[in-house]
Amino acid sequence: MIVGDRKPLEEILNSIKDYKKIMLMGCGGCVTVCFSGGAKAVGLLASQIKMARKKQGRDIEIIECTPERQCEYEFIDALKKDIESVEAVLSIACGVGVQTMNERHPRTITIPGLNTKFMGYPVEHGFWEERCAGCGDCVLEWTGGICPIARCAKKLLNGPCGGSSDGKCEVDKDTDCVWQLIYDRLKSLNKLDNLTVVREAKDWRTSTNAGQRKIKFEEAML
Amino acid sequence: MKQRSRLEKVLSAGKFAVTAELGPPQNADPDVIKKKSQYCLGNVDGANITDNQTAIVRMSSIAAGAIAISCGLEPVVQMVCRDRNRIAMQSDILGAAALGVKNLLCLSGDHQKFGNHPQSNNVFDIDSVQLIAMVKKMRDEKQFLSGDPIKEHEPRLFIGAVENPFADPFEFRVIRLAKKIEAGADFIQTQCVFDVDKFARWMELVVKAGLHEKVYILAGLTPVRSERALKYMKAEVAGMSIPDELISRMEAAGDKEEKKEEGIKICLEMIEKVKNMEGVAGIHLMPIGWESITPVILERAGLLPRPEV
Repeated sequence: MIVGDRKPLEEILNSIKDYKKIMLMGCGGCVTVCFSGGAKAVGLLASQIKMARKKQGRDIEIIECTPERQCEYEFIDALKKDIESVEAVLSIACGVGVQTMNERHPRTITIPGLNTKFMGYPVEHGFWEERCAGCGDCVLEWTGGICPIARCAKKLLNGPCGGSSDGKCEVDKDTDCVWQLIYDRLKSLNKLDNLTVVREAKDWRTSTNAGQRKIKFEEAML
Repeated sequence: MKQRSRLEKVLSAGKFAVTAELGPPQNADPDVIKKKSQYCLGNVDGANITDNQTAIVRMSSIAAGAIAISCGLEPVVQMVCRDRNRIAMQSDILGAAALGVKNLLCLSGDHQKFGNHPQSNNVFDIDSVQLIAMVKKMRDEKQFLSGDPIKEHEPRLFIGAVENPFADPFEFRVIRLAKKIEAGADFIQTQCVFDVDKFARWMELVVKAGLHEKVYILAGLTPVRSERALKYMKAEVAGMSIPDELISRMEAAGDKEEKKEEGIKICLEMIEKVKNMEGVAGIHLMPIGWESITPVILERAGLLPRPEV
């Protein structure tokens, strides 16, 4: 899932300081599951904003809503009337949701209230870790299902570097060295041969370097 | 190979090779390189010039290498993968060779977190193994990484790589060395050896795998002036193995001058030990911030004068 982290309240208050009526829009997808942008987070943030603005003597009206997904037209279009009734929308969906809103409803500015962090999953309740960098050319087949692009600070394909120590990464002692994990996994699978091959320079064209990426699924097109 | 480097000639002649580190300054003063070059001139087979080590901005290793050449030294220019993509690296490889550089040491590079620009974006378009393969392809196949031909004047470089016998997973370190050799490394320089026993165990694995016959291995050695440096490395630098015994020796050594002398003695003992290990073809001295000690140590170790080749 896409994991996000709500922006600090101060920053949010500053970004909406000019408005008296806003919509606070969450998303029922990934950010609901990671507790940062679902209906509960919307309710909490709305009260925080109202309280802060009340203290400043500048009340604010907030319409709260959490569409099933902010990144699809059908769910946000249902809210069109409300969207057009406010001065701005504060979104605590991921960056995709914010942009879907801005493109679909260009007459209303949608401002981000959340920092989109990474693609990952909860390794324990309330704790998420990055797992995929979306490089566009998956290497998990030979790495024992563990990604060095997303999890190595140097994106090494022929790791580990000399900073791997006691299973930890030199960049952060609380982070596992992904190459130690890959080594251990392949050893347990009896596939250490995968690591004796010199892996050639990666073709990054499938990643973010070639500009915006697109996928067309002909059968689904109308 | 034509235009062979002095380092390559020494190693291929079976002589015990000596290289020493020469760190470029954090400014644009060529005299710093000229001064440090004097410690190396006539004393080493290659002056190893670091590339923004520990991710701290310094004079370019290629520019510093060119200045060293003008002083009569033969540099081993380091190149890390942290700061440049494959286009810039190949361009710099051509430029370095054009300036007369004959040895290139290929590394991944310290993460920018440890330097003075932790906010920077790193590159790592290719990793150190891929860099080695790229330099070899340019030299031996006369092709750029893309496959485009280098029609003439391909860069003739003696290719170096590094390995850290003290990092984890220990067993994998030999496999990784083999990969670097397969990719094209001609010589290997190791991380600083303080834990001679662990280094010996690693060398045994290297010899058992027959890798010492495919590559020249230079043991990295760092003389220290106080126990402080050892304690710092033990606590802060990942992938270092520092025996407590060395720290105690330095602590027991009395005043500043006596500590310096103890540091030199420890280094000399290590040189003696690694010299007698099968598969060790030379040493690489890394007197961090203490370059003036290079000729002293080499003289006392009986490694001077350097052989004629």
